[in-house]
Amino acid sequence: MTEFFFNLTWLIPLFPLASFAIIVLWTNRNRLLSTWIAWIGIGLAWILGWAILFLAWGHSSELTPPTHGYPVPLYSIPTGTTELQLGFQVDTLTGLMLFMVPFVCLMIFIYSKGYMNYGRENVDPRYSRFFAYISLFACGMLGLVISDNFVTLLIFWEVMGLCSYLLIGFWFDKSYSDPKRITPKQAGLKAFLTTRIGDVIMLAGMLLLYSQVKTLTFREIFSEETLHHLATTYAFPGMPWATLCAILIFGGAVGKSAQFPLHVWLPDAMEGPTPVSALIHAATMVSAGVYLVARSFPLFVAVEGGVQLAVVAFIGAFTALFSSTIAVAQNDIKRVLAYSTVSQLGYMIAALGIGAYVAAVFHLITHAFFKALLFLGSGSVIHGVEHGHHETHHGSHGHEFDANDMMNMGGLLQRMPVTGWTFIIGALALTGIFPWAGFWSKDEILADAWNAFQHGGHFGVSSGWAFFVWLFLTLAAFLTAFYTGRQIFLTFAGTPRTEAARHAPESVPSMTWPLIILAGFATFLGLFGTPWANQFYQLIGQKAEVLGEHLPHGEFNPLVAGISTVVALSGWFIAWLIYGREPLTNPVDPLEKRLGRLYIWLKNKWYFDELYMNYIVHPSVRLAQACFAFDDKLVIDPLVDAFGRFGRWLSEWLKDAVDIPIVDGIVNGVGSVTAKFGEFMRATQTGKVQNYLLVAAVTVLLLLVLFVVRA
Amino acid sequence: MQVPLSWYLIVAAALFCIGLYGALSRRNAIGILMGVELMLNSVNINLLAFWRHIEVARGTLTGQVFAIIVITVAAAEAAVGLALIISAYRHRKTVDVEDMDLMKL
Repeated sequence: MTEFFFNLTWLIPLFPLASFAIIVLWTNRNRLLSTWIAWIGIGLAWILGWAILFLAWGHSSELTPPTHGYPVPLYSIPTGTTELQLGFQVDTLTGLMLFMVPFVCLMIFIYSKGYMNYGRENVDPRYSRFFAYISLFACGMLGLVISDNFVTLLIFWEVMGLCSYLLIGFWFDKSYSDPKRITPKQAGLKAFLTTRIGDVIMLAGMLLLYSQVKTLTFREIFSEETLHHLATTYAFPGMPWATLCAILIFGGAVGKSAQFPLHVWLPDAMEGPTPVSALIHAATMVSAGVYLVARSFPLFVAVEGGVQLAVVAFIGAFTALFSSTIAVAQNDIKRVLAYSTVSQLGYMIAALGIGAYVAAVFHLITHAFFKALLFLGSGSVIHGVEHGHHETHHGSHGHEFDANDMMNMGGLLQRMPVTGWTFIIGALALTGIFPWAGFWSKDEILADAWNAFQHGGHFGVSSGWAFFVWLFLTLAAFLTAFYTGRQIFLTFAGTPRTEAARHAPESVPSMTWPLIILAGFATFLGLFGTPWANQFYQLIGQKAEVLGEHLPHGEFNPLVAGISTVVALSGWFIAWLIYGREPLTNPVDPLEKRLGRLYIWLKNKWYFDELYMNYIVHPSVRLAQACFAFDDKLVIDPLVDAFGRFGRWLSEWLKDAVDIPIVDGIVNGVGSVTAKFGEFMRATQTGKVQNYLLVAAVTVLLLLVLFVVRA
Repeated sequence: MQVPLSWYLIVAAALFCIGLYGALSRRNAIGILMGVELMLNSVNINLLAFWRHIEVARGTLTGQVFAIIVITVAAAEAAVGLALIISAYRHRKTVDVEDMDLMKL
C-alpha cells in the first residue's frame, strides 16, 4: 500500500504538466475549461502529494534524509565508464515540501481566477495562457522536490526559471511613462539573467562533484564514505572538494533565492501578476534555493568548521538585515513584501549556515504559507483599488494611477474587511508574534543561533559567527515588524487618501476564500513545530545523522523568545507611533523627514541597481559592442567578403570557360542540327501522291537491285 | 509447242511498266487509276503464268482463284477510286492531282 503510493510519486509533476499541455494545445479558447483543467491538474497533485506525506510521516524513522529515501528510479543514462542514475525519491524532507507546494499552488490557482477577472468585461486577454504557465511552473516545483539527483533537480530548476521569466513578463506589452521605471519585459529579462549567473555557478559545482564521485544521486553523494572522500581530497591546498562544491552549489541558491549579491531581480519581479508573485516569488521557487541547500546540507557540513558554512551564514544574515532596511522605505505594497521575502529567505539561509537545518525547513514551510497569504492579500488590495479607480475615473486616462502605491490607499479595512483581517493575520505571522506560525519558526532559528553562541555550534560553527547571525537576525526582526506595521497602517488604517481607495470593493469569493484558508494555516501551522512537540524535528531531524552528529534541536529559550517578542512589539509600536497614531492625510512619508539622506539611500535600495548597471551591465554591453565591432569590421566581414569575391570570380571564370563554349554549345548545337535536318526532310513532304508513289517505286527497284546483286 | 514462261513475264513486265509510267506521269486522276488497273492486270498475267508453269500447282485452281480475287479487288478499287475522284471534283472542280496537295499543310 505504502510502496504502491510511493511508486506513483513520478505522477505528481505530470498532472500539472498534462494540464499545461492540454490548455496550450486544445482548450486555449475556452477560459472556464482551461481554469478547471489547471485546477484539476494541481488538485490531483495535491491529493497524491498529501497521501505520500502522510504515508511518509508514518514511516518517518525509515525515510529520513539524507540517505534513507525511498527510491523511485526512472532512467539510467550510460556515460561511458559510469551510469548516470535519474529518478525520484520519497523521504521526509520531500514529504514536507509536498505538504506545502501543491496546497499553496492550489490556493493560488483558485485565487487567480478572480484576479485575472474571469467573467468580467476586463478579463485578461491571455487568461488561459496564464493558467498554462502556472501549471507548467507547478510541474517544475513538484518535480524539483521529488528529484533524487542533481540532474533532474537542475532540469526542473530551469523549468521554473523559464516560467518565472514568462510570468514576470506576462504583461509584456505594458509600458510606463516614467522611463526609469522597469517594465515587465525588462523585469523578466533581469530575473532570468540574474538567476542565470547563479545557475552557471551551480552547474560548475555539480560538474566538479560528478568529476569527483561519478554520481549525482543524493543518496550516494551523501553517504558517509563519499562525503569523507570529498572532505579529505583537495581541489587545491586548503580547499577540500566538499567545500568547493558546496560553495559553488550555494551560488545557485543565491541566485534562485535572491540572496545578496544576486537579490536585485526579485523586487523587480513584482511587475508580474500578483498570483505569480505569491506563487513563484514568495512561496515556492525562491524557496527552492533554500531547499537545495537543505537537501545538500550533508555536503555543507562534510568539512568540520569549513569556510562554506561561514559563507552561507554571512550571506543569509547580511541579506536578512540589509533587505529589511530597504523594505522600510518602499511605497509599492508588493515591493515591501518582495524585500521582506528576500529578508526571510536570508533567515533560512542563515539558519542553514549555523547548522539549524530543521529550523530552516520549518521556517521555509511556515513562510510559504504566510507570505503567499500576504501577497495574495496585497493582490486583492491592488485589485480593489484598481476597480475603485476605474469606477471613479470613467474613461479618463489623464495621469498614470499607480494602484500598487500605498500612499494611494488608506482606510481599506472598512472597505475590504476579509482581505484586511487576513492580511493582518499574515502580518502577525511574519513579524513573529505569539502564537502565530512565524513566531515558532523564527524563534527556533534565533534559539538555535543563541544556543550555538552559548554552547558552541554543531558542525564546527564558531560561537562568534553564531552570535553575529543572532544579532543580525534579531535586528532584522525589529525592522520586519516596523515595515510590516508601516504597511498595515498605511494600507488599512486611517482614512482613504484617494477616490480610488474610497471606492475599492471587496474581492470576489474565489479570491477571499484562499485568503481565509491560508490565514488558518498561518495561524495554526506553527503549533506543529513548538519546542515541546516539534513534529518537524521528529520528521526530518530526529533520525538524521550527518557525519555521526545529531542535528540541533531547537529547545525553548525564554530569553531568546522574550527578546524577539520585545523587539517585534517595539517594531510594531514605532510603526504605530509614526503611521498609526496620526493617520496620514497627504502622501508624504514622515520617515523621509526624520531619516533624511538615509531615507533616500534606502529608497534607492542602496543603489545596487545603479551599481550593477554602471559597473557590470554597461561594461559588459560595451565589451560586447567592442567585440562585435572588432569581429564585424576586422574578422567576419572581411572573411565573408573574401569568400563572396572569390565565389564571384570563380563563377565568372566558369561561365567563360565552361558554360558558354561547352554547355551552351551542346544545347544550341542539338537544337540547330535538329532544325537543319527538319528543313532538309521537309522537302520530301510534298503532299503529292505521285511523288510518294515514285519514291516507293524507286525504293522497290533499289531493293530489287540489291537482291539481285547479293544473289 | 508451249509458249515459254519468259514470254508471259516479259509481256507482264512491259504492261506493269506502262501502268507504272501512267500512274506516275498522268496528271489526270482517272489516268492514274487506269495505270493502276494496268499494273494489277500485269500481276494477274504473272499469277496465271506461274500457276501454269509450276509443277506443284498443277491440278489445283489456285492461280485462277487468285486472279479472280485480284480482279474483284481491282473492280472494287476502281469503284471506290472513281467515287473519290467524283467527290473531289465536286469540291475542287478539278481532277488534276497537281492541285490535290491538301495533305501538305
